[in-house]
Amino acid sequence: MAILIGKETKLITQGITGKAGLFHSQKCRDYGTNVVGGVTPKKGGTTVEGFPVFNSVAESVKATGANATMIFVPAPFAADAILEAADAGIQLIVAITEGIPVMDMLKVHNYLKSKNCILIGPNCPGLVTAGVCKIGIAPGPIHTKGRIGIVSRSGTLTYEAVHQTTMAGLGQTTAVGIGGDPIHGLSHVDVVKLLNADPETEGIILIGEIGGSDEEIAAAYIKENVKKPVVGFIAGASAPKGKRMGHAGAIIDGTSGTAEAKIQALKDAGVTVAATAAEIGKKMVEAMKKAGK
Amino acid sequence: MKLHEYQAKAILRQAGLPVPKGEVVFKAEEVSNALAKLGMNTGVAKAQAYTGGRGKAGGIKLYKTADEALALTKQLIGMTLVTKQTGPEGVKIEAVLLEEASVIKRELYVAVTLDRAKANIVLILSPEGGMDIEEVAEKTPDRILKLYPAWGRNVDPALAAQGAKFLGLEGEQAKAFGDILEKLYRIYQEKDCTLLEINPLVVNGTGGLSLLDCKFNIDDNAVYRQTETGGDPDAEKDPSEIEAGKYGLSYIKLDGDIGCMVNGAGLAMATMDIIAHYGAQPANFLDVGGSASEEAVTKAFEIITSDKNVKGILVNIFGGIMPCDRIARGIVNAVKTTGLNVPLVVRLEGTNVKEGKEVIENSGLNLTSASDLEDAAKLAAQNVKALKAGKGAN
Repeated sequence: MAILIGKETKLITQGITGKAGLFHSQKCRDYGTNVVGGVTPKKGGTTVEGFPVFNSVAESVKATGANATMIFVPAPFAADAILEAADAGIQLIVAITEGIPVMDMLKVHNYLKSKNCILIGPNCPGLVTAGVCKIGIAPGPIHTKGRIGIVSRSGTLTYEAVHQTTMAGLGQTTAVGIGGDPIHGLSHVDVVKLLNADPETEGIILIGEIGGSDEEIAAAYIKENVKKPVVGFIAGASAPKGKRMGHAGAIIDGTSGTAEAKIQALKDAGVTVAATAAEIGKKMVEAMKKAGK
Repeated sequence: MKLHEYQAKAILRQAGLPVPKGEVVFKAEEVSNALAKLGMNTGVAKAQAYTGGRGKAGGIKLYKTADEALALTKQLIGMTLVTKQTGPEGVKIEAVLLEEASVIKRELYVAVTLDRAKANIVLILSPEGGMDIEEVAEKTPDRILKLYPAWGRNVDPALAAQGAKFLGLEGEQAKAFGDILEKLYRIYQEKDCTLLEINPLVVNGTGGLSLLDCKFNIDDNAVYRQTETGGDPDAEKDPSEIEAGKYGLSYIKLDGDIGCMVNGAGLAMATMDIIAHYGAQPANFLDVGGSASEEAVTKAFEIITSDKNVKGILVNIFGGIMPCDRIARGIVNAVKTTGLNVPLVVRLEGTNVKEGKEVIENSGLNLTSASDLEDAAKLAAQNVKALKAGKGAN
């Protein structure tokens, strides 16, 4: 089961002839993902490293039945790449590209309202269903098939949680990096809902950071609906106010979105909050024991 | 990226918005020419700085003659303006806007920004112009109105009318306000703004509306297509932050003494947090990114060690795209070329971790390899504490 991706996933890569696009297409294939090809305008008909290249997403869907895409297209053109994928009927769009202007993402956000597809990202590491399917740039070998679902804004903190749950013997169902941009696709609460409904997922790890209100919204949902043990971590408690920490999303506006406010919201929802990023795995083990799992 | 008031007003003026007449000067010699262009020798001299609270700090002053304008300009250019928003170090003034003075009957507030949670652009209005808007929002939230225009369309006339009524504007004023709102909303989108704030929007002596001051912030991701705004993307950065940017490193200098080098913004923040958790303070935020070269790692190291406050270094890398051995070689090279006189703790995990640790251990250098993040943070904090205790004993 797990969520969002699995054996049935047929992946294409938009921007497959670029260095990063090709490298990660190979890594995904190595992991076991069914990568059916890629898209680079004007390079249709060629192949790279065994991947057939198409001129457009629509062509690739027609030829391969692709139902998912990962986007490595450079930032100035990435928004159009997302729209193209949506128009071609791709159901899961994972945008790895970072640096897409907010105004472009507002356009994408509003366009996708009328489309039947799921967007993850942009500026995200992608997602992995442990042992089955990987889309994006996460290191495959740290994952182990298991019982914990993970959702995080940050890439490397996702890896940290994956690594720690692997070392703790819990393993993962699906780990999803939703990205740190102000306007993005799936949010924490969307992934929590999916993980909550997934019978294979027994515990949930939610990793957030300062800025925005995604974590607070997820906390409110957890409080009312989630019986599975949840461990949370919020990065940025020591960050100075108003400084940009690499993610456009990590800006504190006024008093909302502070680490304190987010941690309190999670605690109020019954979430076990890890004091440091080093004890996420340990806290998950404790929470699982407490829940009798 | 922020624009100066004079740059922002040029954009507003070009869009046909009512902005007071003004001329910017960078040198005292330019004053007489500027006054001639303005056609008046009275007005207000405004120090150009990316900060609020300029008036109270002495950065905005009235002049009644050409001589006064010249004297004020000489006084303002080159001065360090300290406002309650700049911190004690203040900001250096390099330009002065000479502007016609306005008769102010009422001060209003209008801003356009992004509501992230609603994924919508929001128009924020208040009749309490000229004030600190955060204070207004906190103390009298009923004096603030938020309007949400539908995406892809002009501001709905009904929405503009609602805003005008809230601000107590009627007839011609309400009509003029609707036009201002529409233009600000359009400029916000066209110029990739993250904040477009008019504070105050004033009702002047003749009952007309005028945009007196302006904050104009542009999305850093869109700077590449907003070069004609005249903004300087590096204006507010420390020289070492600019240098870091050239190598694809995201660096922010802080006040602590443990230098950090981390990959990924989230992990970098979490690393700063865990250092603070163990009683020490981070000297910087440094994200080497997902695909840094050995050269970039070496550069990162140079930047960290050039900070005189750094008494210890913590490297925390979760190798995903970037394999640990590449990072390790970068560190070893950097230590060999730049020398190292502070303790260095390295924590590597992820892709090629075994090879990475071998590079560290076989380097023959005095590097501590940590087993995990907790271990690494504890060691780094202990090193700095021991160093401080040692110095105290001497």
